[in-house]
This record gives sequence, C-alpha cells and structure tokens, in this order.
Amino acid sequence: MTQESHHESHHELPFWRKYIFSVDHKVIGIQYGITSLLFLFFGFTLIMMLRWQLAYPNQPVPGFGWLFKETMGIMPPEFYNQLGAMHGTIMVFLGVVPLAVGAFGNYVMPLQIGAPDMAFPKLNMISYWVYFVGGVLMLASFFVPGGAASSGWTSYPPLSVIATTGQTMWLVSMVFLITSSLLGSVNFITTITLMRAKGLDFFRLPFFVWAQFVTAFLLLLAFPPLEGAAILQLMDRLAGTSFFLPSGLVISGTPLNVSGGGNAVLWQHLFWFLAHPEVYVLILPAMGIVAEVIVVNSRKPLYGYKSLVYSVLFLGFMSFVVWAHHMFLTGMGTFLSNFFMVTTMIISIPSVIVLTVLVITLWGGSIRFTTPMLFAIAFLPMFGIGGLTGLPLGFNATDIHLHDTYYVIGHFHYVVAPGTIFALFAGIYHWFPKVTGRKMCEILGKIHFWPSLLFMNGIFFTMLFYGAAGVQRRLYDPTVYTHAQPVQWLNVVMSYSAWGLAISQIPFMINLFKNVFSRKKIHENPWEATTLEWAASSPPPHGNFATAPQVFRGPYEYSVPGHAQDFFPQHLEGTHS
Amino acid sequence: MTTTTSHHPSIKKYLAVFGALLILTGATVGVSYLHIGSIVITVGIALLIAAAKGSLVAAFFMHLMGEHKWIYLVLALTAFFFLVMLLVPFISHFNDYRI
Amino acid sequence: MTSHTTTLDTVQPGELPYAKLGTWLFLASEVMLFGSLFSAYILLRAGSATWPHGWQLLNIKLATLNTVFLITSSVTMVLAYAKIQNGEIGKFRLFLALTILLGSAFLVVKYFEYSHKFHEGHFPSTNLFYATYFTMTGLHVLHVIGGLLVNLYFLFPGLKLYESSPEQFVGRIECSGLYWHFVDLVWIFLFPVLYLL
Repeated sequence: MTQESHHESHHELPFWRKYIFSVDHKVIGIQYGITSLLFLFFGFTLIMMLRWQLAYPNQPVPGFGWLFKETMGIMPPEFYNQLGAMHGTIMVFLGVVPLAVGAFGNYVMPLQIGAPDMAFPKLNMISYWVYFVGGVLMLASFFVPGGAASSGWTSYPPLSVIATTGQTMWLVSMVFLITSSLLGSVNFITTITLMRAKGLDFFRLPFFVWAQFVTAFLLLLAFPPLEGAAILQLMDRLAGTSFFLPSGLVISGTPLNVSGGGNAVLWQHLFWFLAHPEVYVLILPAMGIVAEVIVVNSRKPLYGYKSLVYSVLFLGFMSFVVWAHHMFLTGMGTFLSNFFMVTTMIISIPSVIVLTVLVITLWGGSIRFTTPMLFAIAFLPMFGIGGLTGLPLGFNATDIHLHDTYYVIGHFHYVVAPGTIFALFAGIYHWFPKVTGRKMCEILGKIHFWPSLLFMNGIFFTMLFYGAAGVQRRLYDPTVYTHAQPVQWLNVVMSYSAWGLAISQIPFMINLFKNVFSRKKIHENPWEATTLEWAASSPPPHGNFATAPQVFRGPYEYSVPGHAQDFFPQHLEGTHS
Repeated sequence: MTTTTSHHPSIKKYLAVFGALLILTGATVGVSYLHIGSIVITVGIALLIAAAKGSLVAAFFMHLMGEHKWIYLVLALTAFFFLVMLLVPFISHFNDYRI
Repeated sequence: MTSHTTTLDTVQPGELPYAKLGTWLFLASEVMLFGSLFSAYILLRAGSATWPHGWQLLNIKLATLNTVFLITSSVTMVLAYAKIQNGEIGKFRLFLALTILLGSAFLVVKYFEYSHKFHEGHFPSTNLFYATYFTMTGLHVLHVIGGLLVNLYFLFPGLKLYESSPEQFVGRIECSGLYWHFVDLVWIFLFPVLYLL
C-alpha cells in the first residue's frame, strides 16, 4: 500500500522522465549500476598506472609520456599520491557502495519484499543525482591546479589541511556522497520496515534484505560524524581554523600562521568512526548476495537462517565500537588499546558464523556450477583469508609491526576485491535475467571467472608477504629503503597480476553488452528460485506486481520432502512446512 | 487522521510545558552566574538542566510519549552510539601517553 | 494470529506513516552529526591548557533571548499542528507564521552577534574557542534557515495540498514540526555548552 497514491498514469512518460529523472526504483538501480561500474573501471585504471611506478620505479610510463612531459614521461610523486588517494576513494565511495547498495539494494530489495516501489520514490531519485554530482566533483578534481586529493583516502591532517585545492573538492564531494547515502538509508529502512508484503514477517525475509537493512542503519548512523569531520576540515582549509592543527606546526622550516591548539588525532577518531562501519557496509550486501546465490544453486535451504540474522545484527552493532583498531599507533594508552582489541576480536565471531553457515549450506547440496555460483563459492575462502589476515592487525601487539605496511592493504583487499567484488559479479550474473529478460553466456562467464580468481590471488597473496617484509604503504619508490630491495621483485608479480586481472574483465564486458540486447528472452524464473523477485516478470513493469503478492512461507523452501518440485516459491498458496 | 496513535492536542499541556521550559532556561542562566568552582559540577548541572528541557520538548512537542516502538528502537540505538562517540575521544585524552 | 498494533514485525496500515518514520530516521542521523561536533568540542577543550568561559566572551543576554525565541517558536509550531489537525486553517496559518517570525528573529539576533564579533576582530581563525563557537552555531543557523524555508513553503504554495489531500498535508506538518523541534533541541544543548560553561 502506497502512502502517496500515484494513480497509474496510462499515458507514457516522456523519455527524460522515464529514463533520466525516473522515480522507479528499477531505473534508479540501473542508473546506480552503470555509473558505479564505470567508476570501478576508472578506479581500477588509476591503480594500474600506479602499479607501473611500483614495478619499475622512476621509469617512464608506457603510453603516458604525454601526461608527464615535464618529468620525461616518469610519473611525478605528487601524481602518484593522487592515484593512491583517488583509487581508494573512488573504489569505496563511488564504486562498491553505490553498486552494492544503490544498484543491487535499490533494484532487488523492493521486489524481494513484494513492494511496488520504495517508500520515497522521489527521494530515491534525488539520492542518485546527488551521488552523481559528488562523482563529477571527484573526477573534476583531477583538473584543478595541484590535481586531485593526494593525502590518502583517509585524508589525515595536518597534511590534508595544507594540501592543494583538490582536497577541498574531495571534502565537498564527500558531503554530497554522504548526503546521498543518508537519504538512501532513510528510504531503505522505511521501505523494509513498512512495505513488506502480507505474510512477509521479518523472519521470512530473504537474507539479502536483512543484509541491506543492517547496512542502511550503518550508513544512517555512522556517516554523519564523517560529515562533521569534513565540515571541520573545510573550516581549517578555508576559514583558517585549527581544529586539526596542533600548536607549533612547522612546514618546510616555516611556522604555520594559525592559532593552533588543535588535535590531528581528532580527525582520525571521527573518520574511523565512520570508516569502520563503512567496511561492513562493503561486506554485508556481498554476504547477502552470496547467500542467495548459494541457496539457489544448492537446491537446499539456508543452514542456520536465524544464526545468520542474529550474527549480522550483532555484527552491525559491534561495528560501531571497534574503530580505534585503526589507530593503535597514535600513542593511545593501554586501557583503550586493549578495549578496542577485545571488541575487534569479538566482532570476528559473527563473521565466522556467517562463513560457516554458508559453507554448511553447500554440504549435501545438488550444486549447480553456474557462473554466479562459481563467484559465490570463491567468495568463501577469499573472505576467509581476508578475515584471518585481519587477526594479527586486530591484536595491538602484532599491529605494531604490520600497521601501515602492505600487509594491511593485502588484508583489506582480500575482503573487498576477491571478496565483495566477486560477490557483486555473482549478483550481476544471477540477477541479469531479472533485469533484462535475458541470460548471460556461461562460457564467457567461466572465462571471466578463472583468470580473475588467479590474478586476484596473484596480487593480494603476494602483497601479504611484501607487507610482512616491512614495506610501508604509500611509498613512491620503495627501493630507497634497503629492506624493501630484496622483495622488489614481488612488485613485478603484483603488477603483472593486476594487468592480467584487467584483461580478464574483457570477457565480462563483452558478455554484458552482447546479451543486454540479445534476442533470446527467457521466462521469469530461469534459476527456479523461491524469493519474490522471481515471481515478477523479467523485467518487472512499473509497479512490479500485477497484484500485491502474499507470502505463505519462508524464503528458502528447497527440496521440501514429498513436494513435486525441488523448490516452493514464497508467494504460492499450498501446504507449507 | 494520519496519526493513528491518538495525539489529542491539549493546549493547556503545551502551555504548561512552555512555562516549565522558560523556568528551566532561567535556571540554566542563573546557575551560570553562581560561578561554581568545580568544573565537573558546573558541567553536570548544565547538562542535567539541558537534558530536562530536551526531554520535555521531545516527550510533549515531538509526541515521543506513546510513540511507535520502531521510533523508540531507532532512538535507543542512536542514543547508544551517540554516547560511544562522545565518550571515547574524551577517555582517550586521559588515557593517551602524550598529553 | 492475533495482530497487536504495537509489535515491531507487523505494523498495521496507517499506524506509522512512512514520512514520520523517515523523518525520525533523518533526525537520528542529525543527532550523530551534531553529536560528532560536540564530541570534537569535548576533546579539544579537554586537551587545551586554557579555554575561556563562554560568559567571558559572549553575550549571554542576547543568547538567552534567542533561547526564548526558539522555545516559543516550538510552542507555536506544535499549536499550528494542533490547529491543522482540527481543520482550523486560519489559526494554523497564524501559528505557523508566528513560528517563522520567531525563527527569523533568532537569525536576526545571530546576525548581530556575529557582526559584533567580526567588528571586534574575532573570527573562526582567532582561536579554538571562536572556531568551535562559529562552526557549531553556524551549522545550527543553516538548519534554522532550512526549517524556515520548509515552513514558508507550507504557509504559502504548499498549502494547496490541503485542498486535495488534507490527511497528507497534516502528516507533512507533523514532520516539519518534528524537524523544527529538533532544531530547538540542538540549541537547548548548544546554549549552555557554548555560552555558559
């Protein structure tokens, strides 16, 4: 039931209102999907450039001589820093989150709860366009004098406060992106709470919806402190305040002409208060997607549904009290240090439960090794390695040696790259039939999958060793350090793996473009799944369902004993178990 | 009516709350003139009075009394994380090795 | 299956309007936004060797007047909502207009406060005290302006909605009221923290 009853206008909307400024969650979901995939591609390109400098320090970059004319084709350090900062920023805020939440969440969630659209369709549209403006600002920042932000995606002061104009654009853009997320999370929570179909109790929701629900709370409550911090940093940069500038700061021999008295660690507290829940924003939708794909392709109910739900609720809650494990080396005392270590250890428990539950779900299943299933299965050990490598970082004693080394980069990329991004690929292959009414090619899918898996590990497993050898992050030329010289060859391995990973995405892009417009249409439920989105046509019309569906059972009734088919959709009447 | 949980507007109640808020505002300013020595007590009293005023606004003007459970749940979560955010940087100041 | 109206799971139609839940969720995020600034203030003040008292540098009388303005505007706002619930459009407009006037009066006082400080040569860059004062009250001022704009909209062009869909309009006034009370709430904490401590 819609609060604002838009009576179906039976005359066609003009093109710009149907496809550009649409309020239909499906169109908005696709807009988020296309934009975020483009940003992911761009962010990946940035790091491929950076990886040349790491593999072959101070050698001219092939094909980019025109960009670095003053330095004879060699990438300048300032540019290297921009690549590093913007790669992180773009991948996290313009790529993964908009894809996982904006695209998948927007498109699939209302369908899975049997709703005709989101609670606030116009707000949904505004959320997308605010994200778009934020993205344009980020890209534009490359072209201002001094280039884009170059103080890391973490923008630590005092460096970020004295950095060039690009940093201001980064801050303003972040305000836009945060606003977009806030508006989106208000929409998601209201929709899931109040617009579920009749009979769809909370514990009959697909796990994907639970994941999006918790994610929305994380975005709602954790993002504002970063917005506050961004305001303070903007004041420091533009109004001459010293929120983050300590007294007596001297830059290149010249004392800074500011009032001083500020605290650089304050930024870190406020930043990480968001950024830790943010990493759970990165992983939760992925877990949701993996659960859906694994269940459908195992023809078995999800094992331990309730444990899974309680685990992610606990995970979401705990994610707010672990943030200072990113700050172990800021001189904090033992009380706080141990507090955050303990909470960090505790938060690993629900993650392990999630992983275990998903693995047990596979056990004894009739596994269909489709492309989405391959990506979903691969997610499990990859996320496992990511999680395990996080443990020595969570222990404050071992973190002393590993903090700010490539080991950290290896750890978090395992979770996000062969973790979340693989889950997102699984989601694309899985829901492509629903969105387009066509299937993607399985052969191209497998050609996409296997090299991607190989090269992901080539990059990030290698990186763990590189970091354990003590090489620090964000170094323009690591070979200036003697301890980094013996392991410099690992950079060559990582860089070629990165470039190989890029090439491996070509079959995926071909697959997408080829099949979006292919003639072969399929029916609405090609995977024989039980959740509500498969009851709508492919693609669903405006309003999604001809009549509001009613739900009679849980979301994962597969291989029900005595039942004729091996799946029992949620919306069909009949004896329920 | 859109609001089904009956919010019978009671003008008298609103005016009574208004009066209480004005008195408490007077108290806030009055206490500050006392220039109490201990910073802890000063802060404590100021926050206590502010909390009282805030509670009146929330309970009566924002109709939080007898509001829906979902609203309470959201606010309870927010209150908890708000406290965490307020306390930790403060505690860190006293726990850090360098002041 | 007994359907209690107060369970978290099954919400009866009309029991909790979408816009009301949405507004409270938005306010929750605002609590975290202003809270982060309060948190920053606490950390910075605790870490400072010296920090002036608010009453040494700021005009308490003006700020007290402003507090009275905002509290009164909260009363007129809730009265406006009561009137529109009752269908009394004339009185609704009167009280909404009063709310807007009182909010504007708040802004006028703030204008005088700020310009006096600038005239004295005190800017956000002067020291941390002024930095926090200007930033926190500045963000609050932006929120006051936002609330005024929304209320102006409902006083004039937005009122049309009442003719076509009165229930929906009343719901919007409720949400606008919630936001306005929140703006008052923030000031209730800002005032003692910045001016009196």
